[in-house]
Amino acid sequence: MDVILENLPLYWNGFLRTLFLSAVSGVIALVLGTLLAAARVSPVAALRGFSTVYVEVLRNTPLTIAFFFAAIVLPRLGVKFEQFEVAAIIALSTYTAAFIAEAVRSGVNSVPVGQAEAARSIGMKFGQVLNLIILPQALRTVVPPLINILIALVKNSSVAGAFFVLELFGYGRQLANANGDAVIAVLLGTAFFYLLLTVPLGILASTVERKVAIAR
Amino acid sequence: MTTLVPGDTLVSLQAVNKHYGQLHVLKDINLQVRKGEVVVVIGPSGSGKSTLCRAINRLETIESGTISIDGKVLPEEGKELAQLRADVGMVFQSFNLFAHKTILENVTLGPIKVKGVPKGTADKDAMALLERVGVGHQAPKLPAQLSGGQQQRVAIARALAMKPKVMLFDEPTSALDPEMINEVLDVMIQLAKEGMTMIVVTHEMGFARKAADRVVFMADGQIVEDDTPEEFFTNPKSDRAKDFLSKLLTH
Repeated sequence: MDVILENLPLYWNGFLRTLFLSAVSGVIALVLGTLLAAARVSPVAALRGFSTVYVEVLRNTPLTIAFFFAAIVLPRLGVKFEQFEVAAIIALSTYTAAFIAEAVRSGVNSVPVGQAEAARSIGMKFGQVLNLIILPQALRTVVPPLINILIALVKNSSVAGAFFVLELFGYGRQLANANGDAVIAVLLGTAFFYLLLTVPLGILASTVERKVAIAR
Repeated sequence: MTTLVPGDTLVSLQAVNKHYGQLHVLKDINLQVRKGEVVVVIGPSGSGKSTLCRAINRLETIESGTISIDGKVLPEEGKELAQLRADVGMVFQSFNLFAHKTILENVTLGPIKVKGVPKGTADKDAMALLERVGVGHQAPKLPAQLSGGQQQRVAIARALAMKPKVMLFDEPTSALDPEMINEVLDVMIQLAKEGMTMIVVTHEMGFARKAADRVVFMADGQIVEDDTPEEFFTNPKSDRAKDFLSKLLTH
């Protein structure tokens, strides 16, 4: 226990870094994922094709590969960044976007087709149908699965610790190495701080689910 | 047959064909509807009458032939199609009110977003339309809080809000409880009297007798008869129509 209390500032630092990584990657992934889902249902075949390939590739490969690409391959292609944190954000958001795209797409499919037909029949264009009618209804059904994906994102952000980014898991590893006699306590402390992020997200999911359900 | 005055035609279908896989749902359909005319399309289920109705605003694509509205051929996709659809009101069997919008918003959304009408004006016009179809007091509610008959009347108001040149009704009363059918038909009869051009797919023979200028009878993807209601109901020419009508009368 002492190990945790003595290193509280370090844990707190790691907690904030993880929060930052997750929040930034989460926002980018939500935007990118929604765009990918829109492309997936668009009338343009090329967009549909691109979105399908993107989602299938990213969703079906391990996150570590995304990290290797972002941290090692991208700089060789000329994309340079000062900190590995940028690579971590790129990897986490592009990877998570694939899952978000799938969730949003299933939400879009859950909106009865008559809603889109009615919107088209009063003269709305594709973008308007999507933005005004389909997505607002789809996002409500999609909130719970989206939050599940964000919980996974918080946990996935720990992979960044293996790529020289000091976040919660990175600090935890440092502490474990420095305190060989108290590894269990150190790891329990790390787990506790992850729970501090993920449990409220889970509670938020069930609250939102109850509030935004639309009657049909 | 009614005589056509050239230039008066609002909706024109010429040699329209469509398949669903092996099934030939629309076989060489030719149909002209003039301004102010009320055309009722009847026929057994699976005869292609709903498909015909949906093809007129291209909710269903067609394989050959042309469909034109007020002299303009239906565009395939994009902005021009959206513009043309704004001129064609559509009322669906399952109402399809926007589930996340209030009754008032359902009616104002099209004018505001598609036509750029200022919100104040759109609200005022929408309230007048809702009053006209008898659901003015429901304006702040959500669609799910209304009965089927009320929802369908809102759907008619939503279509009218776009000031369409022609209104399409795809079995507007088929999903309704019997006691709610009349409240919707009354609104439609009123519309017909006011001179709206209407194409109505329905099983309501009473409406056809009362409000239709012409009855189009479809079977197996073809237009079998096209006549006045009086002539069609009392003196059907084809065996197919005689058979259909005799089945109705036995109930």
